[in-house]
Amino acid sequence: MSSVLYDAQGPRAKQRNILYTVLFVLAAAGVLWWVYTSLDEKNQLDWIKWEPFFTSIQPWETYIWPGLQNTLKAAFFALIIALPLGALFGIGRLSDHRWVRMPSGILVEFFRAIPVLILMIVANAVYSEYTTIDTDVRPLYAVVTGLVLYNASVLAEIVRAGIGSLPKGQGEAAKALGMRKSQVMVFVLLPQAVTAMLPAIVSQLVVIVKDTALGGAVLTFPELLASVRPMSANYGANTIACFTIVALIYLLVNFALTSFASWLERWLRRAKKSKGTASGGVQKTTGEPSLVVDDGHAV
Amino acid sequence: MFDFLEGYDLLGAFWVTVQLTVYSALGSLIWGTLLAGMKVSPVPLMRGFATVYVNVVRNIPLTVIIVFSSLGLYQTLSVALGGDDTETVNFRLAVLALVAYTAAFVCEALRSGINTVPLGQAEAARALGLSFTQVLRLIILPQAFRAVVNPLSNVLIALTKNTTVASAIGVAEASYLMKGMIENEAQLILISLVFAFGFVVLTLPTGLILGWVSKKVAVKR
Repeated sequence: MSSVLYDAQGPRAKQRNILYTVLFVLAAAGVLWWVYTSLDEKNQLDWIKWEPFFTSIQPWETYIWPGLQNTLKAAFFALIIALPLGALFGIGRLSDHRWVRMPSGILVEFFRAIPVLILMIVANAVYSEYTTIDTDVRPLYAVVTGLVLYNASVLAEIVRAGIGSLPKGQGEAAKALGMRKSQVMVFVLLPQAVTAMLPAIVSQLVVIVKDTALGGAVLTFPELLASVRPMSANYGANTIACFTIVALIYLLVNFALTSFASWLERWLRRAKKSKGTASGGVQKTTGEPSLVVDDGHAV
Repeated sequence: MFDFLEGYDLLGAFWVTVQLTVYSALGSLIWGTLLAGMKVSPVPLMRGFATVYVNVVRNIPLTVIIVFSSLGLYQTLSVALGGDDTETVNFRLAVLALVAYTAAFVCEALRSGINTVPLGQAEAARALGLSFTQVLRLIILPQAFRAVVNPLSNVLIALTKNTTVASAIGVAEASYLMKGMIENEAQLILISLVFAFGFVVLTLPTGLILGWVSKKVAVKR
């Protein structure tokens, strides 16, 4: 089937589509021509501006690779710290005790409402004022702190949604076996929820990787984006070339993560299906848990 | 206690944040709807373009896009969007970058909304002889929009927070003022709380009101 919105096309519809295609190509060609001429006017397409990236290893070695390393390092630290924190607060929000539920809820909502950049700036200022962290690593600390605070609260919501998406019988059966509440959570609910959440967690990693760029733009954290300025200064104002390369690297890294997340989702769904259902083929009513808690929150 | 606020245009900075948000929201709604239309259109080339656009833009950091709009578009290619002084130019470039970025998320939200409209609706509309644009404009999109108020409000909240990135190219919005204040004043914690409070005030009502609206307008099925 082609689509909900249109039938298989007859001769007239086909002609119309060809007309639209031609118009679209003309419009696109116009835009491209404009881009080409304005780039050409400013000499941004000269081979000399692009050549450093293709003929020598130096720009990669001096600017791009260290920048990428810092980006990935910050993202990695942010994830491994935010994940347990997020699980803690996600479970906290599901607690039976008001005095646990309320503060976790307030913290999660608070940090979700505040821009990551603000969190990073504040963290940077706090570290410079109240701690003796070396100025060399302070931006890294600030970036990771900002990312952890924000993403832990997002992950908390993902965990909460993941646990909420489990069939009720799972917890009930565990209780019937005489498990304590903590045992039900640790041995029965959490492992299942984490499996269901894995794709969402990997997708969140894309958000984290993207957010590290803030550190380069505002906090002098030497990550990938920050390598553009020294690079274009060193290779003769090849701003466009530098941005193209840097954007491509972000694109590749994040595209790999996105593809991995969707592969994981498909794989998990298939793994779940092949086990068969214990209830004799009765379809589960929970459906696909919708775990997109934070769509578009990516900076 | 709050005398450190004197001499700073706090409301003015948040007003810039609000302006950035509103202009970018309108722009990305229009561009995002067009993209969603392309993504479901019968013309393969348009579908391909929309898919590539969304995937590329979603995977590039907003910061890169905004910094590029200043360093690449303005300083290298002299694209000024009709602005005379640096302030207006940066503001407009920031709006352009935010629109380009947010539209991808609007497109995705709308497309998921289009998927919630039952097949029979479109089939019935086609059986009446409506064309693709008519089906989309009269039958599908009105229902899709009502279904996606909630996801769109999430996108709007994200956009409100994302406007802070504009400070990377010197747009004097809230986080830009905050950075300056933190450097000049000693009241670190108080300043942070004031700005945090400002963003909670901006985002919380948006979520609550639009959450209420989404329940109100949802198509009961």
